[in-house]
Amino acid sequence: MEGKVTNILVVGIGGQGVMTATEILAEAAITLGHDAKKTEVAGMAQRGGVVSSHLRFGAKVLSPQITAGSADLLLAFEAAEALRWCHYLRPGGLVLMNTAKLVPPVVNIGLYDYPADPVAEILSRGYRVHAFDAMDIAMALGDVRLGNSVMLGAASGHLPFPAEVLLEAIVKRFAAKKPQLVELNRKAFAAGQAADARAAEIKEAA
Amino acid sequence: MAAVLPAPANSRQFLSGNEAVARAVWEAGCRVAAAYPGTPSTEMLEELSRFPDIYAEWSVNEKVSLEVAIGAAYAGSRAFCAMKHVGLNVASDALMTLTLTGVIGGLVISVADDVGLSSSQNEQDSRYWGRFAHLPILEPADSQEAYEMAKIAFDLSEKFQCPVILRLTTRICHVKALVTVGSRSAHAAAGFKKEPARWVMTPAGAVRRIPLMFEREGRLRAEAEASPLNLVEEGSGRVGFVASGPAAMHVREAFPEAPLLKLGFSCPLPVEKIRAFAAKVDRLVVVEEVEPLIEMEIRANGIACFGKDILPRQGELAPNVLAPAIARLFGEPAPATATAAAALPADVFPRPPTMCVACPHLGVYYTLSQLKNVTIAGDIGCYTLGAGHPWNALDTTISMGASMGIAMGLDKGRGEADKDKRILAVIGDSTFMHMGMQGLLDIVYNKGNVTVLLLDNRAVGMTGGQNNPGNGRDLYGDPAPQVDFAKLVESLGVKPERIHVVDPYVLPVLFKTLREEIKIPEVSVIITDQPCVLVDDYKKQQPFEVIAEKCTGCGNCVEVGCPAIHVLRREKAIKPSGKEVELQFVQIETAACTGCGLCVQPCAPDAIVKVAPGAPVSILKRQ
Repeated sequence: MEGKVTNILVVGIGGQGVMTATEILAEAAITLGHDAKKTEVAGMAQRGGVVSSHLRFGAKVLSPQITAGSADLLLAFEAAEALRWCHYLRPGGLVLMNTAKLVPPVVNIGLYDYPADPVAEILSRGYRVHAFDAMDIAMALGDVRLGNSVMLGAASGHLPFPAEVLLEAIVKRFAAKKPQLVELNRKAFAAGQAADARAAEIKEAA
Repeated sequence: MAAVLPAPANSRQFLSGNEAVARAVWEAGCRVAAAYPGTPSTEMLEELSRFPDIYAEWSVNEKVSLEVAIGAAYAGSRAFCAMKHVGLNVASDALMTLTLTGVIGGLVISVADDVGLSSSQNEQDSRYWGRFAHLPILEPADSQEAYEMAKIAFDLSEKFQCPVILRLTTRICHVKALVTVGSRSAHAAAGFKKEPARWVMTPAGAVRRIPLMFEREGRLRAEAEASPLNLVEEGSGRVGFVASGPAAMHVREAFPEAPLLKLGFSCPLPVEKIRAFAAKVDRLVVVEEVEPLIEMEIRANGIACFGKDILPRQGELAPNVLAPAIARLFGEPAPATATAAAALPADVFPRPPTMCVACPHLGVYYTLSQLKNVTIAGDIGCYTLGAGHPWNALDTTISMGASMGIAMGLDKGRGEADKDKRILAVIGDSTFMHMGMQGLLDIVYNKGNVTVLLLDNRAVGMTGGQNNPGNGRDLYGDPAPQVDFAKLVESLGVKPERIHVVDPYVLPVLFKTLREEIKIPEVSVIITDQPCVLVDDYKKQQPFEVIAEKCTGCGNCVEVGCPAIHVLRREKAIKPSGKEVELQFVQIETAACTGCGLCVQPCAPDAIVKVAPGAPVSILKRQ
């Protein structure tokens, strides 16, 4: 890790917990002694707009912004957003993608089309994709808000530090605010790990 | 909001620039802090309200917030005020004479420029105010520097007895980074001492203060020349950079080895330090967001440099902008990463911000979109979104409170083509109190023919639902006197029979009231009285659902614009008149719906009904 800065881009829509997920990733990196910077532009994001949150960590971080073509990992909370931001990845980089589609009013009223096959389009650009429905997984566990921990669980196998460090950061956050939700989030995290592993196998088989 | 125990001294905290500044303001022993909310500056005061031993307030506008801070500083307290860039335009009247009186207690003005327009009506460079008012400017490059410079700013302010401008940008305010925090030292207020020659700015008094201001500027320049905030980082390479603010970090990122003069104390400009640096490098490039202020001053001092001739005049100067610009300077191709096909963005639909599910503004804009032959002057807040789809029911937006004056001008300046147009103005509660009241008074006084819609949602919605004098709660969430808008506008001279308070969820009444009032050739005020759905005052109700068999695809509900209504299927159909129409068959996302009932009202076939109590709600899954 000496000298190398890890770039993680987390994207989605206002209200999905994108910024919280990035914050937890940052906390995990900081507990390991890394320098870290996190940035997003989300001034109007709570009105259903796009949220992109940049996390950079390593020995020393200067600019907080990830340059297009240099992200190590793209964590996408929504299918079309995965496509919108995939060019931020370094060549051959990995997209962890929630396949759930959140359709905005401009598509609803017929002004624009939703991309027909975001996964295929991302693959055609030479990136790797692990796709799974984080919303279904979260709802099966009883609460759509668990999608955040599902996504982090999926990411945990692709970080330059052990998955346990990330899980601990989630546990610590909930232990302080909502201790009754710790166990459920552990389950969501494990489900995310499993979903990522399954997605990887499907990709191998294909 | 109860004060929480601040993080211990010497600990490392992961703080946004706004949080870092707030911590520093508290540590500096500041006693009074004031602001009006505005992205990206809002969190500074929100954070300060959580600290003990400091008075913090939401002021009604930025000018008032600065005046509150000035008064406190006159009394010898350390004082702070925060605002976004356009806020300083509002406060500038006070600022431009404050520079003559100066202060006793340290006064720091933290101004956040929204470089890149994440949530603003324009982009501007607040560093002009430093030159205009002959005041010092500090420009931090990250959270740690924002923290340190905010503390230094108070010392500087007291040493030179003038306010200090701390210039932030969105990329400082909303970036989180590690900050090592310190401990608080109290600063008792010296108390106000009468000194009319200094505090009462009559022409005779002011004329004697102007030479003192210039003398102070000279001393400030010497301070900047010697300041460790202006730091030369030696290096090697064909270009030497002068950079300030977050751009300095971007330069370091893109050119790790290059010589860099990083300006933290950038006004007055340390020209001699720059001259010495320039002498040591082959080519000097100035990197600053947004305007070429440093660059122009460098050139004016006879030092050759590049700047905005090779860099953009707007937006952020991130590494992906810098690297190709420097390559072009040497006639070289842009770095491969910037030109690779894979690095170009995909063509994906835009996802603009929308109004929330059940937002009370939906009823207003649905109704406005049904009116013909109207011109609607808009204002700044969530309701600016009414200019978008599907309503397209807002025709102007320029500055806080401007809907009033613009509507008046649209009325008085009518062209022949506008002869029969009805003029409306739409303004939110907080914006009305910020700067709209004066405009309404102007309409009343000068007998304008404008129908004003005052959307009282009891919050500063767009910035996150902050309290204001309209909702009866202060910054701390404690009870405060509450404005009665009907009485307020009546006291401004609107006739009582022209004032209506309506529920924006009851469309027939809203429509009837609007249609009647726009026909009456004098000023009317229609006040809507339902709270923002994001604040605690809003009470959710049982959601609605669509009975699929009854939906005829008329699409009336879609025109409401609620994000919980989804079109699942479109069909072409021929009307009896022979006209082809597109039918839109809809479903409501019951997990998102909060039962406001707006979409029920225009539904022709009564296909929208309440979900049975206890029945499960669902998230709409798209295939």
